[in-house]
Amino acid sequence: MDLLLRMAWRNIWRHSRRSVLTLLAIAFGVVLLVFNIGIQQGSYDVMIDNTVRMFAGHIQVQRKGYLDTPRIRTSIPNVSKLAADLRKTTGLETVSARATGFALVSSRSRSYGVIITGVDPKYEPMVSSIPGTVRQGRYLSSPTANEAVVGSSLAKNLKIKIGDELTLLGSGRDGSVAATVIPVVGIFNSGSTDFDRHMVHLPLQTFQELFTMGDHGHAVVILSKNLEQLPDTMAKVKNYLGQDSKLVALDWEQLLPGIKELIELDIAASWFIYITLVVIITFSILNTFLMSVLERTREFGIMMALGAAPFRIGILVMLEAFVMSLLGVGIGLLLGAAINYYFYVYGFSVPGMEEFAKQFNMPDSIRPQMSFFVFSIGPSVVLGATMIAALYPALRIRLLKPVDAMHAV
Amino acid sequence: MEYTVVCKQLSKLYHQGDVTIAALNKVDLQIQKGGFVCLSGPSGSGKTTLLNMIGGLDHPTSGEIHVDGKRVDQMSKADMAEMRLRQLGFVFQAYNLIPVLSAHENVEFVMQLQGMDKKTRADKARAILKEVGLEGMERRRPAELSGGQQQRVAVARAMVSGPSLILADEPTANLDSVTAEMLLQMMRRLNDVHGTTFLISTHDKLVMSYAKRLIGLHDGEIVDDERRN
Repeated sequence: MDLLLRMAWRNIWRHSRRSVLTLLAIAFGVVLLVFNIGIQQGSYDVMIDNTVRMFAGHIQVQRKGYLDTPRIRTSIPNVSKLAADLRKTTGLETVSARATGFALVSSRSRSYGVIITGVDPKYEPMVSSIPGTVRQGRYLSSPTANEAVVGSSLAKNLKIKIGDELTLLGSGRDGSVAATVIPVVGIFNSGSTDFDRHMVHLPLQTFQELFTMGDHGHAVVILSKNLEQLPDTMAKVKNYLGQDSKLVALDWEQLLPGIKELIELDIAASWFIYITLVVIITFSILNTFLMSVLERTREFGIMMALGAAPFRIGILVMLEAFVMSLLGVGIGLLLGAAINYYFYVYGFSVPGMEEFAKQFNMPDSIRPQMSFFVFSIGPSVVLGATMIAALYPALRIRLLKPVDAMHAV
Repeated sequence: MEYTVVCKQLSKLYHQGDVTIAALNKVDLQIQKGGFVCLSGPSGSGKTTLLNMIGGLDHPTSGEIHVDGKRVDQMSKADMAEMRLRQLGFVFQAYNLIPVLSAHENVEFVMQLQGMDKKTRADKARAILKEVGLEGMERRRPAELSGGQQQRVAVARAMVSGPSLILADEPTANLDSVTAEMLLQMMRRLNDVHGTTFLISTHDKLVMSYAKRLIGLHDGEIVDDERRN
């Protein structure tokens, strides 16, 4: 094997210019793959992070069945205590209790059906970016205050401004009429049409009184430090809830299945581009190795005459392909990792993105994901594809007849 | 008497359109063990074809070939390769060394294929290169060696694994007469010392002068068979 490896290495450099160009083609392809997949995965991270931070959180504890059929009676008793206990269990401050109901909200001139969310004003800004997007007025001040914050589109539709009063009319947990008049203290602009058009925030206790909830709520929202720590946080939450609990811990994929589907769709679309890139690289190496095999036909004939089985010569060609691909992939991986690391530190943004991001309380740049997946998938596929490409010239050797091969020019 | 090569009614026919050309026509041949035999004849007489058949590089149209008692013409490709590896050595006209390997590595190559261990390979390669007068040139690549030196490496490579038969196809064709004579002297010495059978195709009179037996071929048939002492 050592002699074969030496032969493979030297054969690669017999036509150094051609080999360098092939190496560069492989390396360039790997750099593109590593960078693009890194940015793509990074943007998914941002997308997931922005979405979960906006409202849903990484984890929600709910009553079983609430996610599929969100009835007001499918509630969690003593929800504030549960939130406090989960703060202790997870070691995270980013845990907040919520209650949700539906109501008809009216201003002087108009009425709309909205989602009323009762939130804990102390903890809600830690689990949701909505409080940070209040553009007019302020966010809720205390759990018992009689005040509301509404989405910008809803405010526009209702033709209300800060200080105006809203009339809420809904149905309480016990079936009674839930009705109140409440002043608007803030208007948020989250960037999400759904939230801005249909959402009203009330302090949790105000909500509980209005909807005769007692100490009940509908969810405890937990924001993990990041996606990497989510499994650990989830394990702690599930451990706390125990197996017999009527409660269930749901992660963001269950809470926001649309995001996952969107990502999967985007991945499927981008794979087409990646496969095209890999095919181009594959043809480049196929060309190199086909030329290399054709111009060495006489040499292979001599090797066969000496007793080398075609299989062994095929191994030599495959070894050359492997060494060259490994070298190209290695160079590409190093460059790709360096580029990704640079953008991981300094961020990757396009002109205008910072302004837009600031407006919606989002990060102003995308950072490539620095993960094993990002650094392994592209190079592995290129390595695999180039080896498959080298199979053809290697298998062609089996067809050679020593006498004919030795007379090849 | 012990024979290294036995050919019986050996024929090789080529078809060019409607015309059939007999490269070899019912050749009967026996080559004694330890012989230094030259196949002579003009171009197209069938020298190389006969050599290729005996070496298992090509299949005959009909007839039998036996090398060391084994029937070559009925062997599979893999068995032929194995026979070439274990029992035969080849020396071709020129440019028959692997260009990316040094003289030492070229000689080692066959032993590596045979699965010999590294140390034995290195020792044997060094010894045979010394025997053919290439001591100190082991690390040189073919491009750094003269034509004669390259042919010596080729002979060393053919000899190193101790084959019973060495087939040489016009080994002096690209050498000047002085170099050719030195190569022939060396081959004859190896033949005398190791008892290896040499079968050489040539139309070089100098090569013929070294032969213990001279077989003349013409139009695929043996026309002359001269044994010398």
